[in-house]
Amino acid sequence: MLSSRASRIAVAAAVLAALVAFPLVFTHPFPIHVLIIVFLYALMGVAWNVMGGYAGMLSFGQAAFFGIGGYTSSFLFVTYRLNPWAGMVVGGVLAALTAAAIGYPCSHLRGHYFAIASIAFAEIVRIHFNNWKLIGAAEGLTIPTQPASLAVFQFGSSKAPYYYIVLAFLLLALALCWWMSRARMGYYFRAIKESHDLAMVLGVSFVRYRLLAIMLSAFITAVAGTFYAQYVLYLDPESVLILPISVQVVLVTMLGGAGSVMGPVIGAAILIPLSEITRVKLGHRGTGIDLMIYGALITLISIYQPRGVWGLLSGLARRRAPTPAGPALATQELRR
Amino acid sequence: MSQLAQQLVNGLLIGCVYSLIAMGLTLIWGVMNIVNFAHGDFLMLSMFVSFWLYTLWGIDPVFSIPVNAVLLFALGVLVYRYAVSRVMRGPVLAQLVVTFGVSIFLANAAVMLWTPDFRLIEKPMLAGTWLLGDVPVSIPKLVASLGSVVIALGLIGFLRRTRTGKAILATEMNRDSALLMGINTDRVNAISFGIGSSLVGIAGSFLAMYYYIYPQVGGLFGTISFAIVALGGFGSVQGAFVAGILVGLVQTMGGYFFDPAYKYAIVFFLYLLTVWVRPQGLLGW
Amino acid sequence: MSAPLLEVRRVTKRFAGIVANEDVSFSVAEGEIVSIIGPNGAGKSTLFGCVTGFHRPSAGQVFFRGQEISGLKADRICRLGIARTFQIVQVIADMTVLENVTTGAFLRHPRRRAAMGLAAELLAVTGLTDKQALLAAALTIADKKRLEVAMALATEPRLLMLDESMAGLTPVELKQIMALLREVRKRGVTLVVVEHVMEAVMQLSDRVIVLNSGRKIVEGTPREVVADPRVIQAYLGDRYRA
Repeated sequence: MLSSRASRIAVAAAVLAALVAFPLVFTHPFPIHVLIIVFLYALMGVAWNVMGGYAGMLSFGQAAFFGIGGYTSSFLFVTYRLNPWAGMVVGGVLAALTAAAIGYPCSHLRGHYFAIASIAFAEIVRIHFNNWKLIGAAEGLTIPTQPASLAVFQFGSSKAPYYYIVLAFLLLALALCWWMSRARMGYYFRAIKESHDLAMVLGVSFVRYRLLAIMLSAFITAVAGTFYAQYVLYLDPESVLILPISVQVVLVTMLGGAGSVMGPVIGAAILIPLSEITRVKLGHRGTGIDLMIYGALITLISIYQPRGVWGLLSGLARRRAPTPAGPALATQELRR
Repeated sequence: MSQLAQQLVNGLLIGCVYSLIAMGLTLIWGVMNIVNFAHGDFLMLSMFVSFWLYTLWGIDPVFSIPVNAVLLFALGVLVYRYAVSRVMRGPVLAQLVVTFGVSIFLANAAVMLWTPDFRLIEKPMLAGTWLLGDVPVSIPKLVASLGSVVIALGLIGFLRRTRTGKAILATEMNRDSALLMGINTDRVNAISFGIGSSLVGIAGSFLAMYYYIYPQVGGLFGTISFAIVALGGFGSVQGAFVAGILVGLVQTMGGYFFDPAYKYAIVFFLYLLTVWVRPQGLLGW
Repeated sequence: MSAPLLEVRRVTKRFAGIVANEDVSFSVAEGEIVSIIGPNGAGKSTLFGCVTGFHRPSAGQVFFRGQEISGLKADRICRLGIARTFQIVQVIADMTVLENVTTGAFLRHPRRRAAMGLAAELLAVTGLTDKQALLAAALTIADKKRLEVAMALATEPRLLMLDESMAGLTPVELKQIMALLREVRKRGVTLVVVEHVMEAVMQLSDRVIVLNSGRKIVEGTPREVVADPRVIQAYLGDRYRA
């Protein structure tokens, strides 16, 4: 996109520096909160991207993994005083195993059929959690406040530590995604997205790689769930396991550009502040205008720019740069 | 025993209405391979139309049936023309998301226009209970179910006997061949979307006779109809009819034998089981 | 005489009432170019599927390098050394030409650098180097077919099976792809080709196998096969016996 590698790194460094400095400069809690939610959805978007944007499994049920992560770590803390960081790993593993269990029989489902299966799965989880006394059922689960410390993953009313943690998670996830997109795994995901048959004749077991994608995606989403639980210290099924959350994750990624590393970040950066601000300005009376706008926006984006911002930018770049000829490109690719 | 019989009857009754809703969805799905996530919200809209006709002008829901049939047909064609048709050549993701967008828009437009309050048609013309042995059968429910069956049969007849209907079936079976035969598949799409929406509009009129009317009512009906469509075989109208009744029974029986709170979870699990084990559904090809 | 590279032994495949392949047997020696021909519906693609792991034979066996492969999954068979193309050309539309071939190369070269290196080499062999940065979706059919061959070669197969690769090509494109296939054979890859384009069959093949209605009816050199009355009857029907 940008002319040289050096300038790209410079821009990235500048943005990163700005993000790191942000809570130190703008100390009002609301903007920090908005950015935390931006990073949270970007993180979930990156997770969705792995299975959806790259491997082609369009999941509309990510909320299930979000909830499994949050509930696991919270339940283990409340009941067994297990450290939330450890609980986070347990939650991630549990979510990944659940993903494998549901993903395996769904190995042959594509497109709409997979999407609806994911909705069915997530709804089953929500209904179950709504009735599961062990974790609080519909009343929810409250995490007792602890004195603020990194060790217990709680920071009282101070938002900055949460900001830095979720930003760190996001950066880690982005690094993973970037590595994946350039490695064999990413190429194989994209082959599977194109066609199961084609993947097979290239020696790729689509079942194995689909499971890999789903499990990775579930793990990261569950981690986001634990973060959220520690941030708000209260979970209930109607807040964390609902379809609108899953849809929001998809939209954030689609708007930014599914199948690109930075897509979810761009999409979250645009969509989350927009929905937060319209919610505050227009939605506080429960009139639904903010969501009407949201719905209209989604419809328009799917029609006019389904490849998202990143798709728009790469389309422009492709049109401007002449196709380089000759073996020079292969070496250029290798150097990137 | 009478409790069981009651649940059986309830299952059958709601199943008939489910059938009608699902038949509309499967028609759209079969013809153009698009899932209309706003299908449930179309239902909601038609229910509100019946409600306002009743509240503002005293028109009984029975007479709202033709109004909804026409109105929802028009809405379906509009949504196809301006939203769905434009994403059909794009990425699958866009096809999935576009009707989500319409769904969110409609549900919240309803909230904005009519508030989230629950409404009910207090005194419909068809009211009361009829006793089948010692099982009380609600008359509006009975009318709704019988009406759904009649419309369903009418639809099957239309598809098999009329020229347009046959064109729809042809497109459903093999798009490319239909094109080669000179069938205007774009027009078939629009008409199918219209008819599918019209069917759910009629179902809404039936439901309005006894069901609560509120902006979010579409959500559950919409999601259940996916399970029904899968069970009956994507695209199969007869399949959706049979499957709708089956799902109605599964829902009430499942709730009776296990736990009423889980009745919808059972239905969703049925969808999963179907696509895992027999993707063609019960009657699909 | 060394053992054959591929041996198809009495393969039968039934699909709910239809017998697509019946008792088909043949061998392919290393380094050969063998063509499989026959009228439409003869069972060529089904046979293909049985060998490459997309169908499980109802009866009979397939051996590759002495090892039984009948019933193995397609990805395993690819890893064992059989690559194939499809009748309706399949490439990864959203990737560039180079990325497509790299995907295939990753099978034997898990590291990116090596995989891309092999991919670049194969692009040169298939004459696609100057198109390497184009998206696969933007290619002509002929180029897509070449790309498909390059991708298959990237998995470093011992045996390459082509499913009607010549269909729809202009005479110039046909010449190019035949030259490519000869080059492929020179690189040590054995070829089994399902074809309708007789010109290619005649000029390329060492041997020809003719299928009709699921059975093998004739096997021999191109000249023998073309003159065989049974073959003529299969294609043209009874009244056209020469």
